[in-house]
Amino acid sequence: MADNDVLITGIGIVSSLGEGTDAHWQALTADAPSPVLDSERFSPYTVHPLPEIDWNLQIPRRGDQRQMETWQRLGTYAAGLALDDAGVKGDEALCATMDMVVAAGGGERDVEVDQAILDASLTRKDHGVLLNEKLTTELRPTLFLAQLSNLLAGNISIVHKVTGSSRTFMGEEGAGVCAVETAAARIRAGQSSHVLVGASFQTEHPDMLLAYELGGYLNRGAWKPVWLREKAEGGGVVTGSGAAFLVLESRRHAETRGREAYAAIDKVASSRDRRKDGSLDRTVAEIMQSLPLPGGPLLTISGASGAHAATVAERAALDSRPELAVRGFSTMTGHLKEAQFPFALALAALAVHRKRAYPPFDETEKPLEGAPEAALATTIGYNCFEGAGLVTRA
Amino acid sequence: MKTTDKFGRPVVVVTGIGMVTSLGRGKAENWAALTAGRSGIHAITRFPVDHLAVRISGMVDFLDSSDKGATALTHELADLAVTEAIEEAGVSQSDFGGPLFLAAPPVEIDWRERIALYASSNSKGDWRSLLEAARTRNDRELFDACQFATIADRLAEKYGTRGVPITLSTACASGATAIQLGVEAIRRGECDRALAVGADGSATAEALIRFTLLSALTTHNDPPEKASKPFSKDRAGFVLAEGSAALVLESLESARARGAEILGVMMGCGEKADDFHRTRSKPDGSPAIAAVEAALADAGVSADEIDYINAHGTSTPENDKMEHLSLSTVFGERMPTIPISSNKSMIGHTLSAAGAIEAAFSLMTMREGVIPPTINYDIPDPAIELDVVPNVKREAQVSTVLSNSFGFGGQNTCLVMGREPV
Repeated sequence: MADNDVLITGIGIVSSLGEGTDAHWQALTADAPSPVLDSERFSPYTVHPLPEIDWNLQIPRRGDQRQMETWQRLGTYAAGLALDDAGVKGDEALCATMDMVVAAGGGERDVEVDQAILDASLTRKDHGVLLNEKLTTELRPTLFLAQLSNLLAGNISIVHKVTGSSRTFMGEEGAGVCAVETAAARIRAGQSSHVLVGASFQTEHPDMLLAYELGGYLNRGAWKPVWLREKAEGGGVVTGSGAAFLVLESRRHAETRGREAYAAIDKVASSRDRRKDGSLDRTVAEIMQSLPLPGGPLLTISGASGAHAATVAERAALDSRPELAVRGFSTMTGHLKEAQFPFALALAALAVHRKRAYPPFDETEKPLEGAPEAALATTIGYNCFEGAGLVTRA
Repeated sequence: MKTTDKFGRPVVVVTGIGMVTSLGRGKAENWAALTAGRSGIHAITRFPVDHLAVRISGMVDFLDSSDKGATALTHELADLAVTEAIEEAGVSQSDFGGPLFLAAPPVEIDWRERIALYASSNSKGDWRSLLEAARTRNDRELFDACQFATIADRLAEKYGTRGVPITLSTACASGATAIQLGVEAIRRGECDRALAVGADGSATAEALIRFTLLSALTTHNDPPEKASKPFSKDRAGFVLAEGSAALVLESLESARARGAEILGVMMGCGEKADDFHRTRSKPDGSPAIAAVEAALADAGVSADEIDYINAHGTSTPENDKMEHLSLSTVFGERMPTIPISSNKSMIGHTLSAAGAIEAAFSLMTMREGVIPPTINYDIPDPAIELDVVPNVKREAQVSTVLSNSFGFGGQNTCLVMGREPV
């Protein structure tokens, strides 16, 4: 036990399963956990949709809410939940010195404006002029701010007064992995004492689906658990809207303010597999080898995306260690992109703290009895980058 | 000889620099133009300017990928800067041996591609047409161009950087943040060297329109070279621009061990987020003041030791006023006599690349003993009493520089650089 051990002292999670740690724990430890799905609105694609959220609970000013679209609201909301959960919200001194690392993609475009441009482009040859015409007159001036990647962090600063350092990482799941890895490294090295780290992803927008489908990654047709999509139509990924923010703190800082932690992050490992020569399962195996796994049955919260190659490779690597009790949580939440790794860590920390493993999420997963002393969280990018973290009792 | 600073941390130096801006390709060309007071701002030729209030920019139009979309251009800009920097550093071009931190703009599907997808689709209906066309087209290049991870991934592959490359954004402070991340990694002992890059090739029509709608850009289109006028009375907004810079950051110990030439020292980095407004800074300047003071403290230097300030100096009515206020608070009575100039007067605002480009220029300022001017300073703002090194370069011994970057969304980052390791 060291002063600069990295502890998780606050968790804020939102997904199709609900808001907060209790709602997720109830949903995921039910007798037969089941996902919340919407196969209509974005057919032929299924998504895990956001529930109705009362934004006022975490973003009290209407003016602030109006400056954001759903992606930023979701992230700002989940950040508020995490700060509340950590007992930090409203503590001016703590928030003013709190560092922040956010993993972000981009915000929502105006679908109607874009559609009007596309329709007009079919009959006009002067596309450049058309764009200028439409964009200068139809775009809401502040929409840009709702789209800017670093403005999620900006909004968290404005709404929750978190004003230490502010960094935004971009790069799909890898950004989420690196955000946690960097935050943890800073705390361990004494460069930070407390950090807010996380991400949100809002999938219920055509452009968010387009980003996956340009690479043919989306699953089509009937929904199946994440490990059972190889034969399904399409690329295997079923996306979800959700967010996960964690408050990380050094042991010293947490103890000084008398705060109990969920769990510790023992170590985070990440890698960049070339994804060309079928070496991914070996890379995943190597990542696991680099972590101080405790030996014995180990709860493994997998952020597998469903993307065929990456999911098969990950499962092969995980199955080569029979002591791992795998839980592919995207079966329940959908793929959360930048939020995938923070979410995996949150679920891992919850299980360690509540001293119980989640039941299997599908027929390929096996039960795990007893109180987990540790849990492994993985996120193997659907297209690139890989990460894993070992969570242990605080 | 000591290779740790007064706080016991590894001293971080710079052993390689590369850059591209509208002034030209490479350090030499850029430095010559910058010190000659030449402007890279010119009339936009990349797309039609009908209906646009802003018809000028500091775009990089002379590269192969200049008309191939934001991802391709940002990639080429980064690539060129990295090659130059690594060559100067004298380390392997394929096995860099350290992490990569890339400050880059957010990515979106190019409008040209979006329109082409739609035209090629069967249904010609709503968003489903686009997705169906995307699936049918199965264009890996296009998919890659729309992923945030792509550019950094390609650079990591080509140059053999270590680990997962990090792509980051703190808006206008991004380039400085990339440097800060590299410094912190070396200080943690994770690596001997790090590659910090800032690149931005995202000056599309939509980008221009977005900033215009926020009233951020100057519409003084004629003549283009005079449009960017930081600290002047009639300044009216910034000029959108493109560019890149790469810095090889290295521990002093590692640089000495291999006999590398030391181009300067990254003494300290400081940051502070603003909680006031999404585009405007707190009127009392306190976050900027805090960022400056944090950088000085991190560097272990006092305000009195700063010989020159490389300003954020965007030429917006607000930034220049706020920057003056904040710096005057920190530097007190000395302020009117500290030379402070804005590279943006000549290269415009290079957004994600700015912090890195301007850090590079700061290092060159110290090395060459020449302070680049703030050009277009014809009508001084009487409320801003600063020695902006007006219009003409100045020879000067500069040993310590403060470089500011204040970003949209309230992200403020300052760097303190030194000429020699102490």
